[in-house]
Amino acid sequence: MILLWNVPLVASDYYTFNQANHMSWFTNAMSSSIGKKVLMALTGLFLVTFLIVHLSGNLQLLLNDGGKAFNIYAKFMTTNPVIKATSYLLYATFIVHIVWALIITVGNKKARPTGYAVQPGNVSSTWSSKNMGLLGTIILVFLVIHLKQFWYEMHWGGIPTANYDGMEYNDLYAVVNVAFHELWYVVLYTISMMALMFHLNHGFKSAFQSLGANHPKYNPLIKGVGFIIAIVIPALFAAIPIIMYMK
Amino acid sequence: MKIKLKVWRQKNQQDKGGFKAYDVDDVSDDMSFLEMFDVLNEQLVKKNEDPIHFDHDCREGICGACSMYINGRPHGPEQTTTCQLHMRSFKDGDTITVEPWRAKAFPVIKDLVVDRGAFDRIIQSGGYVSVNTGGVPDANDIPIPKKIADHAFDSATCIGCGACVAACKNSSAMLFVSAKVSQLAMLPQGQVERKTRAENMVSQMDDEGFGSCSNTGACEAECPKGISLENIARLNREYLNAKVTSDNI
Ligand code: HEM
Ligand code: SF4
Ligand code: FES
Repeated sequence: MILLWNVPLVASDYYTFNQANHMSWFTNAMSSSIGKKVLMALTGLFLVTFLIVHLSGNLQLLLNDGGKAFNIYAKFMTTNPVIKATSYLLYATFIVHIVWALIITVGNKKARPTGYAVQPGNVSSTWSSKNMGLLGTIILVFLVIHLKQFWYEMHWGGIPTANYDGMEYNDLYAVVNVAFHELWYVVLYTISMMALMFHLNHGFKSAFQSLGANHPKYNPLIKGVGFIIAIVIPALFAAIPIIMYMK
Repeated sequence: MKIKLKVWRQKNQQDKGGFKAYDVDDVSDDMSFLEMFDVLNEQLVKKNEDPIHFDHDCREGICGACSMYINGRPHGPEQTTTCQLHMRSFKDGDTITVEPWRAKAFPVIKDLVVDRGAFDRIIQSGGYVSVNTGGVPDANDIPIPKKIADHAFDSATCIGCGACVAACKNSSAMLFVSAKVSQLAMLPQGQVERKTRAENMVSQMDDEGFGSCSNTGACEAECPKGISLENIARLNREYLNAKVTSDNI
């Protein structure tokens, strides 16, 4: 492949023989198989940036300050107007990613009504690439429990408070600390992060392919960054509850 | 060598179908997989049984007709067509399961024969250039960089066999469609209809009931012509660019 975005040189196309359709060009594009995958890729990559921000917050849990830095950070994240606006975009992104995942997965199942008697195993493709729906579902189950435990408590629950420099803060650190001392939660957390690892190990580079970015100049970078993101991010996430459990 | 076969038998599109076991003795290493089927069919005909129906034509790996899903893989264990697969890829006493391509868009006609008309309809929707060819142009009349010509040629080697669809867990036809769109998008002759072609071929592909692409790469791994996933990325670009900038509103 020679050009990354080789924009055609010819401005006009024959449009007379374009198949008639009654949708707007945009709806038509987005409801095509390629359009759906583009949305999946864009939402997926946005979720990756969210993971990085989320992780940078979580790492403050490991500071030996009784949770001060983490609680101040948590307050900032729930009160800053720009962050608040972004968080609505994030909720929408999650919903679109999940709903489209369902639409795409169901559609793909329908494309093969009768299956094969003999399965190929993983000789021609990786296990994760074929099980994105299963991996996503594990992440989703975790997400629901996780949101109930921290996000819901932070926003609407009864949460203890802490005072730093005369200012009152929700002591989310205390809530997290309790949760991270429950074995079942630490195990669930670790399993979910492993699911995320496999989801991203395929998902990150897949997103670039879906967006049309596949070029010998950049593929090694995408592969490398994808590997780091897929391994390091979930591993650091999982390390936090494990370390706090053992403390 | 002796081979045990489990072959999908199905009388017609309506029939439910099922596997039937056969023993084939006197199989030589040098036989192609199809020749082994010829031997079996001769025996079936002699016994007044219905021979196993399968597609084949060139038997030299260029027509793409010989669709068989062998032991869980399109065209069997080697990355080639069934006609170019030889019995030396198997061992004496092996049990080999043979199934038809499985896809909603490729209904079974009989036994191992599927209807790949969906591919033809995708080509009809845009896989061509509408120019009268006239006389033979001089060589190098239209300058095309060697690299581009090579890439276009690589894409053009797709034989429309459908192994990509058969291999894909989503029965996606993206590798086939992307090879056809790429081949013409890279050459000057393909420019006039470039955007409309991408739009129409993808639209036809979706209408035929093929799944979408999960980028698993199974198609590339099984394609007898080594069509690369770069084509699918190019199709994604071609399609998005066409949707955003073409005159088709
Ligand atoms: C933080 C969480 C998540 C991140 C960072 C993430 C990221 C991604 C990325 C980057 C892709 C690749 C897109 C592409 O192939 O073009 C992807 C695909 C996918 N995601 Fe997620 N995802 C997350 C959560 C979920 C959840 C909760 C579900 C489902 C319940 C899900 C289901 C899927 C599915 C099914 C695909 C593959 C679609 C296909 O190609 O067939 N993901 N994800
Ligand atoms: S892309 Fe490869 S596997 Fe698919 S139809 Fe063409 S030659 Fe066959
Ligand atoms: S019969 Fe033509 S490719 Fe196999």
